[in-house]
Amino acid sequence: MNRAELKQRKLDATSVRLEGMTLPAGAAWAEALRQDALSRLLAMGLPQGRDEYWRWTRPDTLNADAAKPAVVFHADEAPVFSGIDRIKLVFVDGVFDAEASDALEGENLEIMRLSDALSADIHWVKDAYGVQEKKAQEPVERPFATLNTAFATDGVVIRATGKVAKPVSLVYLHRDETSDAILHHVIRVEDGADLTVLENGPAAARFNKVMEVEVSDKAAFHHVRAQGRDHERRAVTHVFATIGQEALFKSFTMTANGVLTRNEVVLDIQGDDSMAHVAGAALGDGDFHHDDTVFITHDAERCESRQVFKKVLRNGAKGVFQGKILVKAGAQKTDGYQISQGLLLDGDSQFLAKPELEIYADDVACSHGSTVGAIDEEALFYLRSRGVPTAEATDLLTLAFLAEAIEEIEDEAIAEDILHRLEGWLTRRRVG
Amino acid sequence: MLEIKNLHVKLEEEDKQILKGVDLKVGEGEVHAIMGPNGSGKSTTSYVLSGRDGYEVTEGEVLLDGENILELEPEERAAAGLFLAFQYPVEIPGVGNMTFLRTAVNAQRKARGQEELSATDFLKEIRAKAKSLKIDAEMLKRPVNVGFSGGEKKRNEILQMAMLEPKLCILDETDSGLDVDAMKLVSEGVNALRDGKRSFIVITHYQRLLDHIKPDVVHIMSNGRIIKTGGPELALEVENNGYADLLAEVEGA
Repeated sequence: MNRAELKQRKLDATSVRLEGMTLPAGAAWAEALRQDALSRLLAMGLPQGRDEYWRWTRPDTLNADAAKPAVVFHADEAPVFSGIDRIKLVFVDGVFDAEASDALEGENLEIMRLSDALSADIHWVKDAYGVQEKKAQEPVERPFATLNTAFATDGVVIRATGKVAKPVSLVYLHRDETSDAILHHVIRVEDGADLTVLENGPAAARFNKVMEVEVSDKAAFHHVRAQGRDHERRAVTHVFATIGQEALFKSFTMTANGVLTRNEVVLDIQGDDSMAHVAGAALGDGDFHHDDTVFITHDAERCESRQVFKKVLRNGAKGVFQGKILVKAGAQKTDGYQISQGLLLDGDSQFLAKPELEIYADDVACSHGSTVGAIDEEALFYLRSRGVPTAEATDLLTLAFLAEAIEEIEDEAIAEDILHRLEGWLTRRRVG
Repeated sequence: MLEIKNLHVKLEEEDKQILKGVDLKVGEGEVHAIMGPNGSGKSTTSYVLSGRDGYEVTEGEVLLDGENILELEPEERAAAGLFLAFQYPVEIPGVGNMTFLRTAVNAQRKARGQEELSATDFLKEIRAKAKSLKIDAEMLKRPVNVGFSGGEKKRNEILQMAMLEPKLCILDETDSGLDVDAMKLVSEGVNALRDGKRSFIVITHYQRLLDHIKPDVVHIMSNGRIIKTGGPELALEVENNGYADLLAEVEGA
């Protein structure tokens, strides 16, 4: 296939995907932003398996004109974060449910439904909606995010003006077997403010989500997300963030099950002396497919970035990691760290990793590592010789493998919640 | 307590016979030492008893209180009361020492149909036992054996032994890599566990450990067999004359 043919396929795929879709109405400025996104999407087209960036994750089901049905999963446990004191915002199949949600208010906090913000004549989100998404199309195209900017029907707009005591918890419920949800959140953490956002739930049969975050000077943003244990849904998500001076950005994602999950994180570190950490712990079985694609740009001095991604795979599960650190000229004293590891519990599973470093500054410390391996036999025997049965010992070593990623969660109660989930999910797999 | 009968073992991967008919009987409360030159099969004996992969038993049996344990998984042997103190304790990054011990203790209790220890009871017990082995709270919190010195690792083995309260303890060259003080500490830990019922097999190259842990019986192993058995004086004889004389004596016989 030559380039022209590939391009044609991408455009054809786009027509199929957009068939019957119309841009949501809103204020004139919002409609213009959506129209701009649509034009950009129509120019680039949706990805094909031949695209380098999609080589390991098939985009077909994301491109299809309708969502593949996904059986609604009924969990036999309270949802994650239930025990955390939080501001809960509920979306059912991608539609905000005011009744099930807490009031859209809190100290140092302004929350608004996206559609309301995009209908207002004047709103700060005018300068934020789709802005990072658009910027992040260089140097790699991210068409599903553009599609999201054009067609997102719901979401929240959050502005933190100081320390927000309770986390804002976005809960995504899935009730309709064929739901196709597109959510877009815009978050601004102003100078010196501090905000935690939690996300959990299957959301829909097919889920496209974008979160654009602006972390201003001396501000802190924490993001903890739990995907799973539902299996049949398909999700493509993007987190875009710009990070100011002496700011902190931390994002952790736990994923259990899921036939298709593609989580992209694109960070732009613009202010000096900042810190950006992204971590993920994924647990998959059978036709599980999980893709973490990360792009971190250092465009300021003395900043630290960390990427810690761990995947536990078995019975033919597939894990993908594409992680890049770009250090621009002038981003001196950058400290970049990246580790991606696959733990294969059998010979059928696969972990594919593409770590990349691109450095234009001369005084930086960047390290990256990628490993794939099985359970350490020596450690397993040691545990068994102390009376721990094989399955339990394997779980213990699996949790140990994931520990470095989980340690990236700063809040102890939330970290504890995540850890208990993982323990429980491992035990369930063991007992069948 | 333990009876090893005509045990023949070869490596699974290659055609190499390591044990060529080991016979050993350890009674309740007894301490047996196994000494011998490098490559005589001492460590293999301990591995085969604990159920490590990589060995094939071609003949013989091992009875623990009358039950043939060779059919059991390593964790079942542990639950049956067998404990191996490793020559090289394994480091396990990411698993806290305390979590490890609590999991092990409770897994064994469960296997024996006993109730799990409550967190408080466990904590109380481990603190007391750790203290006598000069293991501080910090060491209990750290990942299993990670960054431990040689002496700390061996003390940690003895702590596990003390917590798990096995019937039969096998110490595989516990003295290797220990200075005199550490050896004393470890030996005291072991001696504290001698209660007239618990049995021990102490595998060592040197007599010096046996100054601290006094054996009832000493066996000399060579080329996959126990070639001589005697009292504590046998260890002294080895210390003074080396193995050469003994081996010559047996071969001559």
